[in-house]
Amino acid sequence: MTNNIVLELENVRFAYSRTPVLENVCLCVPERDFLALLGPNGGGKTTLLKICIGLLKPEAGSVKLFGKDPQSVRHLVGYVPQETNPNAFFPIRVIDVVLMGRINGRRGILKRYNDVDHEVVKETLKCMGLWELRNKRISDLSGGQRQRVMIARALAAQPKIFFMDEPTASVDRVFQTELYELLKDLNREKTVIVVSHDLSVLSSYVKSVACVNRKVYYHSAAELTQEMIEEAYHCPVELVTHGRIPHRVLQEHER
Amino acid sequence: MAEFIDISYLKLVVAAAFLASIACGIVGTLVVVNRMVFLAGGIAHAAYGGVGISFYFGLPMFPSVLGIAAVSSGVLGFTGIRVRHRSDAIIGAIWATGMSIGVILINMTPGYHGDVMSYLFGSVITILPSDLLIIGLLDLILILWITIFYREILAVSYDPEFATIAGIHVSTFYYSMLFFCAGTIVVLMRFVGLILVIALLSIPPCMVEPIVPSLGRMFFVCTFLNFCFFIAGLLTSLWFNFQAGPTIILVASGTFILAELVRRISKNYG
Repeated sequence: MTNNIVLELENVRFAYSRTPVLENVCLCVPERDFLALLGPNGGGKTTLLKICIGLLKPEAGSVKLFGKDPQSVRHLVGYVPQETNPNAFFPIRVIDVVLMGRINGRRGILKRYNDVDHEVVKETLKCMGLWELRNKRISDLSGGQRQRVMIARALAAQPKIFFMDEPTASVDRVFQTELYELLKDLNREKTVIVVSHDLSVLSSYVKSVACVNRKVYYHSAAELTQEMIEEAYHCPVELVTHGRIPHRVLQEHER
Repeated sequence: MAEFIDISYLKLVVAAAFLASIACGIVGTLVVVNRMVFLAGGIAHAAYGGVGISFYFGLPMFPSVLGIAAVSSGVLGFTGIRVRHRSDAIIGAIWATGMSIGVILINMTPGYHGDVMSYLFGSVITILPSDLLIIGLLDLILILWITIFYREILAVSYDPEFATIAGIHVSTFYYSMLFFCAGTIVVLMRFVGLILVIALLSIPPCMVEPIVPSLGRMFFVCTFLNFCFFIAGLLTSLWFNFQAGPTIILVASGTFILAELVRRISKNYG
């Protein structure tokens, strides 16, 4: 493994049909980074994330997670999908979904969930404010609550790196702040990569920013300029800042 | 009619119904929660090609039908994974093709084929003690499979993408589900018929899916419901001298419609 680089993409290209979604993508993420992936709809953020964890195979280029093929280190990955509703009417309770996170990395068949698993799941559920809802069916929850369940499932896996695809898309402001505080806490030991097109994510939590729009521009120190956002979105975007969000300036992309 | 039925034979039929209920309860639950009912229908109809092959080439019925069902479920599984967006069209094609092959081959076979219908719509009269053994064996395999791999099956069914990340070989489980589905359809072919078995796979899970808290509970409730439908259907068919397969299905669908009506009315006035 290269000196504390946890994720390395080299000249990655990917297309669902003919038009490439990602082209010549190079990205190096150091250990304990807190990276925000920004970009417009269809810019390739979710695709990039899925390539990083080996759910999609790039057409060209290489992906190394912890120096290895992503498929072989999946047990180190915590993933929160964008789709919080994989199977809305499925007969399953909240606690069973979160327990699913504990399958992670265990190979032996017939191995039931043990006391440690149940303890971790209990803690996670409490932390996510879901303990009272644990025996509810997923279909009885609201969108925001379901999103919390998805986050809890990723947390319960106790991974080394988190990949979260718009984890706060349908949760309220209060929970959003709580989540980012928690991620900041976890970030002391773990790497966090968050997809968002919500610029407020850029507030005091993230350490670096990558703009994803077919190409990827990485900004190691979190800076932000109007030009950069326009480049990533291909149209002028008003830089909205809420009162408490510090304004940040990023350097221009190197061509 | 009832007085002609030997009591020991009735016991055999009830035992077969019980064992069939277990297979239908487990496989039906998985088929419904994985939204594979159409796929199961495709397998069942394509399997009729196996009936034709057996007639035309003079091969034993059970292995021919099982072989065709397994091959078609393999092809359907492959298209489901590789070309998901076209899979329903391909299911439709395989559905009709298998059926047509069956019909043509039976046309080409000289002689009288009065019992062909019994493969499509079932014929309880033909149940043999050896059938009991086959259904029992299928149940045993199914129960072992879901007990050992319950967590994996749950994860794959609920969220295949997450299951992949959790290191589960999703396509293996997907194919296993399809093969078990094929197996169940073929085993129940003579009992309720290739076409009618779909109703037993889909009606009970459809009824209980919105109310059960877990997949495990759903297996049990569906098995119980299936057994009730079997018994009520068999008794009704004996009483009115109807064919057993369609009667069982009508009892099931009648109960389904009633339950749905009661649910809607109690929702509106409750």
